[in-house]
Amino acid sequence: MTYTGWILLTASLVGLSCGIVGVFLILRRMAMMADAISHTVLLGIVTAFLITRELNGPHMLIGAIITGLLTALLVQWFHSRGVQQDASIGVVFTTLFAIGVILIATQVGNAHLDTKHALMGEIAFVPWEVMNVPLLGEVPKATFMLAAVLLVVLVVILAFYKEWKITSFDPALAASIGIPVVLLHYVFMSMVSITTVASFDAVGAIMVVAMLITPAAAAYLWTDKLSIMLVLSGAFGVISAFAGYYVAVWLDTSISGSMAFATGIVFLVSFLLSPKHGVLSRYLYRYERPDQEEQQIDAVS
Amino acid sequence: MSVLKVQGLHASYRKNKVLHDVSFEVEQGSLTSIVGPNGAGKSTLLKVMLELHPKLSGDVSFFGSTLSQTKTRVGYVPQRGSVDWDFPTNALDVVMMGLYGRVGWLKWPNKSHKEKAMASLAQMGMADFADRQISQLSGGQQQRVFLARALVQDADLYFMDEPLAGVDAATERAIMTTLKNLKMSGKTVMVVHHDLQTVEDYFDHVLLLNRTVVAHGKTEDAFTKDNVYRAYGGSLRFMKEA
Repeated sequence: MTYTGWILLTASLVGLSCGIVGVFLILRRMAMMADAISHTVLLGIVTAFLITRELNGPHMLIGAIITGLLTALLVQWFHSRGVQQDASIGVVFTTLFAIGVILIATQVGNAHLDTKHALMGEIAFVPWEVMNVPLLGEVPKATFMLAAVLLVVLVVILAFYKEWKITSFDPALAASIGIPVVLLHYVFMSMVSITTVASFDAVGAIMVVAMLITPAAAAYLWTDKLSIMLVLSGAFGVISAFAGYYVAVWLDTSISGSMAFATGIVFLVSFLLSPKHGVLSRYLYRYERPDQEEQQIDAVS
Repeated sequence: MSVLKVQGLHASYRKNKVLHDVSFEVEQGSLTSIVGPNGAGKSTLLKVMLELHPKLSGDVSFFGSTLSQTKTRVGYVPQRGSVDWDFPTNALDVVMMGLYGRVGWLKWPNKSHKEKAMASLAQMGMADFADRQISQLSGGQQQRVFLARALVQDADLYFMDEPLAGVDAATERAIMTTLKNLKMSGKTVMVVHHDLQTVEDYFDHVLLLNRTVVAHGKTEDAFTKDNVYRAYGGSLRFMKEA
């Protein structure tokens, strides 16, 4: 495959995994947790690097899961002891991220890992870091890891689809019929963590938040069906990846920045044009009374 | 036979004690309203009994056993406001959720689950709205969907948190008919209720709650002026004026 081909494939894998995971982040009202985990996985990556002296897939994934869960647990722990949820998220993630930054600056030195790389990613380098995969030949490491993570995400989402749905919509009912709501919460946090760390190399800690949140938020505006929202969100992620890459080539600018910008454009278009929630349709149908009011008027008369 | 037995239940939110030494027993086939002022711990009582909120001490037994062993026999209708009605799903799907506990791990709901859910929707007069996105339903219709979801669970003991709050008259009638039918078929229902005017018409038992049990028993015995005043303290007068 060509250099451009690998970059587009890698970015599309980021768009797909983040898009799918992002749907549940939005529906569970946990967008802020994505922001938090995308930063704290840095600590996991640095720690894994310090222990193994390698920037390899499995170690990084394990480091990311541990710090992701640590973030979720700490946020919950402070919150249950009277700290407001958003304040708790803000305190926990900045502190863990700061530890990561200090460790990079003092312990890691000149390795591939530096703060700018961690924040912005460097997808342009991805095709050069290859590994040998049986049957497929030489594949960039980051691409292989993303494909593996996407597979895990798809299997976990599909296998427990109804559990994700009910715990997102009505956790109290879910718990009352015996579904392990808390366990699923931490499984989900682990999925967010591995998706983030796999996307990290390609787009970095800040842009991965855009990929997690924005396509899902746009998809939410187009449909009233969860399954369609998942498909749309993944598709928006891929579209943003392609558009972002070509805009970056055209303007000769940061690829990850352009991709995040492209997600913003997709969202803006959705916000203006979507048939159900869009600004335009609201304007066009502003004189139509929604069902709700009719019903209430019926009830009164 | 008592289907529910609560003994010496204590619970708190953060540092505030919400439930203090709550004890009562509920007989099979009764339709009980849980009545009390704001902050009396009505919703908390339901959540603590269902182990959705931790208790400090006390015992709750269902059908002479623990909750974990009788989960399929206990149904819960949370407050309508507790969920996000903009969630991308339709009425039928919400009702199907009542069956998820029974579908089992790694399995998808099948045709028979769907038929059961449709039947429950029809029972609540909502068959025509099965495919309607839930945010497009009125408050009363949303509440009916919640009731349909409880019916599909086919439980023996139901807890409902303010099912009549903010619904239209037609929905109120539909819900009360359903509750009475449940009672007729030998089910037991406990309902958090806010409208003192209708307690005597709607419920055969009443549990007056204000952090602890003020009175509990048949409506004609327990729902006396004295007991209501004791449960509400000074706040009742203001409520009636309002």
